[in-house]
Amino acid sequence: MFGLDKKDTSLLIIVAILTMLAPFILNPFPADSAMAQFNAGYPDLMQRFVIFGIFAIGFNILFGLTGYLSFGHAAFLGVGSYAAVWMFKLLSMNVIPAIILAVITSGLFALLIGFISLRRSGIYFSILTLAFAQMSFALAYSVLTPITGGETGLQLALDDPRILGASQTPEGNIPVPGLFGMEMRETTQIAVGAWEFTFNVGYYFCAVIMLLSFYLAIRIFRSPFGMMLRAIKSNQQRLNYTGLNARPYTLAAFVISGMYAGLAGGLMASMDPLAGAERMFWTASGEVVLMTILGGVGTLIGPVLGAGMIKYMENIISKINSDILHGWFAFMPDGLEDFVVAIVYPFIGKGWHLTLGIIFMLVVIFLPGGLVEGGQRIAKAFKRRKSDDASGKTSTEPAE
Amino acid sequence: MDAIILQVLNGLDKGSAYALIALGLTLIFGTLGVVNFAHGALFMIGAFCAVTLNRILSLSHEVVDETRTDFLGNPLKVDVPYVYDWFGEAAGQTIIDWSVPLSLLFAIPVMILIGVAMERGLIKHFYKRPHADQILVTFGLAIVLQEIIKYYYGANPIPTPAPQAFTGSFDFGAMVGMEANQIIYPYWRLVYFAFAAIVIGAVFAFLQFTTFGMVVRAGMADRETVGLLGINIDRRFTIMFGIAAAVAGLAGVMYTPINSPNYHMGMDFLVLSFVVVVVGGMGSLPGAVLAGFLLGILESFASMKEVIDLIPGINQIIIYLVAIIILLTRPRGLMGRKGVMED
Repeated sequence: MFGLDKKDTSLLIIVAILTMLAPFILNPFPADSAMAQFNAGYPDLMQRFVIFGIFAIGFNILFGLTGYLSFGHAAFLGVGSYAAVWMFKLLSMNVIPAIILAVITSGLFALLIGFISLRRSGIYFSILTLAFAQMSFALAYSVLTPITGGETGLQLALDDPRILGASQTPEGNIPVPGLFGMEMRETTQIAVGAWEFTFNVGYYFCAVIMLLSFYLAIRIFRSPFGMMLRAIKSNQQRLNYTGLNARPYTLAAFVISGMYAGLAGGLMASMDPLAGAERMFWTASGEVVLMTILGGVGTLIGPVLGAGMIKYMENIISKINSDILHGWFAFMPDGLEDFVVAIVYPFIGKGWHLTLGIIFMLVVIFLPGGLVEGGQRIAKAFKRRKSDDASGKTSTEPAE
Repeated sequence: MDAIILQVLNGLDKGSAYALIALGLTLIFGTLGVVNFAHGALFMIGAFCAVTLNRILSLSHEVVDETRTDFLGNPLKVDVPYVYDWFGEAAGQTIIDWSVPLSLLFAIPVMILIGVAMERGLIKHFYKRPHADQILVTFGLAIVLQEIIKYYYGANPIPTPAPQAFTGSFDFGAMVGMEANQIIYPYWRLVYFAFAAIVIGAVFAFLQFTTFGMVVRAGMADRETVGLLGINIDRRFTIMFGIAAAVAGLAGVMYTPINSPNYHMGMDFLVLSFVVVVVGGMGSLPGAVLAGFLLGILESFASMKEVIDLIPGINQIIIYLVAIIILLTRPRGLMGRKGVMED
């Protein structure tokens, strides 16, 4: 189906079902239970899941396929955000033109940076992209303030000269981004028994775009172009010796992945119409690297998993404080309870970065293929045990 | 003229920090061939060695002072640091005052230990893996170290003053026989520069004039042959890793009076230090030092008012701009050797 083989089609369909049912799946606990804090099914976080999923999918097209490790990818995300907010300010509050402009602008920006950075490879490429991203960050923060809003960031104002649509609502408020009349922040809450499910227009919009870009990524992975990128990763020299110039391919991959980042930035601005320079800071670029590696470099679904995991930790695990911990371990004797809490506490709540760092190191050391490889290994181990069991049974058949 | 001298001087302290960190990075890269993203974290840990020693020295116990009373008429309770009891009050005060230079002695063994543990425990397993993996695992380690420090010391900068004798500024212009009150320069920055020069000199002398250094240099040139000659080169490289960590740590210790240490100071320096290393040329020790000072001074020139008026925002981007130009025109960096990280 859709020009994919059977395995990819089923992967795409599973991902589609999961994203469409995310409001249910991410809210497995009743709203008034003690576990409700682990519910991730609120619109803000769900939007972040899919938006950063798009970002990581795009990054994976570059790093996973060509092996070029860019440490400045957040710059494209930032540029996309700025472009989208400018579109809201000047054209209309419809998200479609904003996202289109975000993708085009970041694509052009990526073309420029990629054209220069891709002259070098290895760590030099990483440093070059890092340098460009830090330059963009510094410029957006200082000199380009008229365009970027500087430290306060770029925001909508009441007197924006919007060509299509009024500059304020009849009530005198700033209008919100929407899709042909549907506001992005529109939410419906449905209560089923003790459970509460939230459905948000913005989330579903992002989810559909995420599915489209995921589909596109699968097509790229399976295309001759993707094969060429893999060839660059495994041995660029040999590729050159066969008379092929690798640069146009890497540049194309770089631009595509920059456009994915711009798309994510545009979506971010569509959900919440402001853009700040801190989105371009190099830690933001580091974050997408973490996501991709955690999930699994070069795999299709890995980056999305990694993005989901990091965003879940950032928003859910980080909220646990010591009182909650004491509540959990209240069943233990007092001394033991304090001891356990003291051991666990550094790793969660505000210390979630520590856990992330440790998990990340463990993944890099033991599971270069990320969570996906971990899952595959577990699955394989189970299969082997099953077949062992089966063969064991036949051999230990009692003789009587 | 004095404006130029002032900017050169201003650039020296940052340049010294860049040069020291870049020197350590290059040592590690040149010997072990590992790209160490956790080097900034080592710099930061060094700075927190100073904080720790300061706190240890200031440990105090409560003593009831009978001669003074508080506003209720009760005898006043005073905190007396233990060092006062041991060395007397005057000497104790001096010791606490000089805690930052004293931390150097404390930091050297700690940093070497951390460096060796890091190399034996983690980096050793990454020699054969691609550079991207090395970058990633050390990046993860940097996050972990940073978060551990943040957990124990909090997220706020901790002021750690220089000894009383070195606080304040002096008139550099009058000292070298120029017009007075034109070039005012803080004492500690000059100390920092002198310290950096001594450390850099010591590292070079160590590599150049000792047998150990000779073996290490030989190993950098051709590891396999040195190994075949029956020399345990791995152990020497491990020690070099410890030394590189110590250099970064010492740079951090001495930097605390200039900038109060916080848990992310290492990352801030790391990005720039990598740019410095690449500009200097991967694997070239003199290149790293030269590029460190050069970029530090360039940065301070770019923050002159006249320059900013001419090209707005140049002070923010000058280092990256220079790095991009150098990488594109001289791919090996200023003094890079042929064949090092060419691909």
